[in-house]
Amino acid sequence: MSNQLDLECRQLVKSFGKFTAVDNVSLEIPKGSFFSILGPSGCGKTTLLRMLAGFIEPTAGDIVIKEQSMLGVPPNKRPVNMVFQHLALFPMMNVAENIAYGLKRRKLPQAEIDKKVADVLERVSLPDAGPKDVTQLSGGQRQRIAIARSLVLEPAVLLLDEPLGALDLKLREHMKVELKQLQHEVGTTFVYITHDQSEALVMSDNVAVMNEGRFEQVGSPQDLYYNPKTAFVAGFVGDSNRWSGRVDSLDNGQALVSLDDGGVIAGITGNERVLNAGDRVELFVRPEAITIERDSSAQTGAHIEDGQNTLSGIVENLLFDGANSRAQVRDQQTGHQVTVSLPQTGAFSDLKSGEQLRLSWGIDKARAYVSQTGTPQAGLGEEQAA
Amino acid sequence: MSTLQMVSGTEKSTTIPMIKLGTFLLMLPLLLWLFLLIILPHLDLLTVSLREKLGYREYAFSFQNYIEFFTEPLYWNTFVRTAVMSIVATAITLVVGFPVSYYIAKVLKGKKRNLLFMMCLIPFWVSELVRTFGWMILLRESGVISSFLQWAGLVDGPVELLYSDATLMVGLVYTSMLFMVVPLVSVLDTLDDSLIEAGYDLGGSTYSILREIVIPHAMPGIASGCIVVFMLTLGNYLTPTLLGGKDSLWFTEQIYNQFITRFNWESGSAFGFLLLFLSSAIVFVGLKLSRQTLADTVK
Amino acid sequence: MINTKAKLSLKQAILGVTAIAGLVFAGQAHAEELRLLTWGGYAPESVVKQFKEETGIDVKVTKSNNEEMIAKLRATGGGGFDLAQPSQDRISGAQAEHRIYKPIDLSKIDSSQFIGSMLEATKTNTTYKGDVYGVPHVWGTSGLVLNTKLASTVKDYTDLCNDAVAGKVSYRLKRPTLIGFAFALGHDPFAAYGDKAKYEEIMGDVESKLISCKANVKTYWEGGDALLNLVRSGEVVAAMAWDTGGWKLNNDNADVTFVAPKSGALGWIDTFVLPKKTENEAAAYKWINFVMRPEVAAQITAAAGNFTASKGADEHADDKLKAQFQSSFPQADLDNIKWYPTVPPGLETIEGKVLDRVKAASSN
Repeated sequence: MSNQLDLECRQLVKSFGKFTAVDNVSLEIPKGSFFSILGPSGCGKTTLLRMLAGFIEPTAGDIVIKEQSMLGVPPNKRPVNMVFQHLALFPMMNVAENIAYGLKRRKLPQAEIDKKVADVLERVSLPDAGPKDVTQLSGGQRQRIAIARSLVLEPAVLLLDEPLGALDLKLREHMKVELKQLQHEVGTTFVYITHDQSEALVMSDNVAVMNEGRFEQVGSPQDLYYNPKTAFVAGFVGDSNRWSGRVDSLDNGQALVSLDDGGVIAGITGNERVLNAGDRVELFVRPEAITIERDSSAQTGAHIEDGQNTLSGIVENLLFDGANSRAQVRDQQTGHQVTVSLPQTGAFSDLKSGEQLRLSWGIDKARAYVSQTGTPQAGLGEEQAA
Repeated sequence: MSTLQMVSGTEKSTTIPMIKLGTFLLMLPLLLWLFLLIILPHLDLLTVSLREKLGYREYAFSFQNYIEFFTEPLYWNTFVRTAVMSIVATAITLVVGFPVSYYIAKVLKGKKRNLLFMMCLIPFWVSELVRTFGWMILLRESGVISSFLQWAGLVDGPVELLYSDATLMVGLVYTSMLFMVVPLVSVLDTLDDSLIEAGYDLGGSTYSILREIVIPHAMPGIASGCIVVFMLTLGNYLTPTLLGGKDSLWFTEQIYNQFITRFNWESGSAFGFLLLFLSSAIVFVGLKLSRQTLADTVK
Repeated sequence: MINTKAKLSLKQAILGVTAIAGLVFAGQAHAEELRLLTWGGYAPESVVKQFKEETGIDVKVTKSNNEEMIAKLRATGGGGFDLAQPSQDRISGAQAEHRIYKPIDLSKIDSSQFIGSMLEATKTNTTYKGDVYGVPHVWGTSGLVLNTKLASTVKDYTDLCNDAVAGKVSYRLKRPTLIGFAFALGHDPFAAYGDKAKYEEIMGDVESKLISCKANVKTYWEGGDALLNLVRSGEVVAAMAWDTGGWKLNNDNADVTFVAPKSGALGWIDTFVLPKKTENEAAAYKWINFVMRPEVAAQITAAAGNFTASKGADEHADDKLKAQFQSSFPQADLDNIKWYPTVPPGLETIEGKVLDRVKAASSN
């Protein structure tokens, strides 16, 4: 049983009156993996996590941890521990007492408690923090103590409820790496919920994208990024340019889509679903999939040229961010704004706004999804504004 | 040396105008209240308590009134009894009030919460006298409860539920409840729910969470509630007199007697001061035992 | 716009308040007022109304008892009231100690309205350093209020400690109880007023009796109404109380009445005295002369239940009350009434300690 499962949910449902917060979710998390649940606020991820922790009883379905059903098992009897969003360190206790709290409940001898506390403090690189007051610690230190407090109990699964949310950006970037490393060292299964796709992508072995109570897609970060199976995932995970339009014709799996704003883009279906002429679709193209060149010829709308989608436009904004620099290009014909990545070679370091660019991208880089009601308008512009 | 004094003198004169006139005017009612209604009468009481009556309109400075308190076991016993009963009443109020407060602060939400809070308040819309008479009507031998017990066949004859220490205790707890519930609710309100959840999550039982998380957090509220209830109970006059019956002794009653029926203002004043000091001492010891400071309790 | 409005209304408010305040002061300045510190029932509303019609003077009544009256006057140095009504035994001692009264100008009193012997006795009792401080108003007795069917064994104060009435007895923890028990135990406390040592010995005796009697007591009553309720509900069948209480209860239940104890009822006289800082002496004399008129005195008797020192008021009194009085006081008992002499200083301290110790004693 090398592929032993630490945590399994079977058709889990939670309803509050008429509102279904978690809708028929099933998942399997193998031992020792870092699993993230990614979704916008209100998608039901917190409800799901609280069901795993035992604070909420599911309406239907089953939760199995280490082959034991957790139905009816109170939170203090479950082999899972949680790191709370605001950490919930006990302000009335010092650091060592905070960490020892769970051990004392297990009635371990004092000597053993002291040893375990010292070990775990060592592990989170705060060996001298024991006698300190919780309020004396910095944000990152508190973070580590909160994790240490749970880890010292050696849970089967560690649940983390957006614990990095309260930290400033720099520290958050740092903690992402540290958390990943810590998980790797201790080998405990982590279930991490977040609305921040970057956290999920950087740290996780597997990510479930959750929307409106359901899992849209479960897969590795690469899988989610390069092969999003739904329009929601394509829009939510990573940045994408987005168009909507109608399928005109199909040719060898490639769909010719007339855009609502005008122009034509060819793309492939983003999932297993076969496109038909007349389907309304959403098209997604990653900024880094677009090749740019300076071009002074007459402006043209989106069309297909040499087997490439082609579009020309005027640089409107330059978003310089080192290796991550981008340009926002306005299609003069339709008014549609397209974001493109600038090559890291520095070839376009002298690009100025107002210059005309020719954009092109391969047909297989444009992924089309049949429109569904309720698909969020999570295009690039909105994502950045948020 | 003289220059030093000069310097300090000018410093002083510059700091005095720092207290702005506006601040002073804002403080004025409080200062007047403190001085006229609290400090002055107490100074007067102090001088009265320190004199001994020799004959008609003849007084001498003496500690006789204080000495009498400690030498006459009657007064001492009355004080001890009052203090012990007050401590017990405070403890019972805490034990009864804590779950109520917890329920209001942490379990109930919205309308129900307000309703229950109001229900704790409603008894205080009528005067203490009326409330106490209410208890008398319920508990007396020919009262409601006695009649009901007889009607239900649980007892053969009328039962007297009034005029005992138990009744007195019920009355005191009832009268004090609000003053315990209000500080407890406000301190429990500030307890983050996730701390309780974290306690459960880390394997804590309800009891250990209560003991190690909820109570330590609520300690300032518990201390301030206990101080208020203890002081109110110790200074209560009506409830012990009306509900307590023939064996009930209350120190405030003793003070009232000294002032009103014995015309002995000297020992009345001395008793008043002793009550002030001894009760402060008890509160001080209580704070020390619970490792709280007075400043914490008024936070 | 809003601002001017607010200012206007503020100005109006200030004007309004000033006007009202002015009216109040004006009212105070014009209507003459008599501030009377007295007992419940001594200034019935009908009498106050009649007095106002006749003299234009408003009577502001404050109800109290002996101890509180003296405490109040002492706290203000004899101010706050224009006329007070303590019992005659509480005047010269209080005057010696606290200087709270003012001598009475007997020439302003219509002495022909008083029962002569009572007036003379009161004058003697309330004289301090040659000045007379009090004239009599209402008199009555303390004794036993009994349910005669259920407490037939009770003949004297000490019989309240009989097993037959165990748990159904009530009395006050005040000085009349001490005096009553002293008489019933065969002492004469009044004779010992001058001899502190002797008095202390008597009180010691009373103390041990009261402590042994404590188990019999249901509760020590505080207010008259509380006692009436206890007897009316049958929770108490024998009590030491005022005569009027017994007669009031007798109206509802023929079995309950006032009985003069074997060792004698205790007679008290409530008086009129002038507080030292009286502000309306003229009105005070007017009131005294007014209420001593036989027909007015009879109204007060009807309200308070006690007879007054007004000569000829008996003719106007209620027949039922007269009958109750006569059945409670056969001639022998009337002669046996012990009238309180004035209390010398120091006794109250002795009594106070006794009362405290009785209260503190365990009842079992």
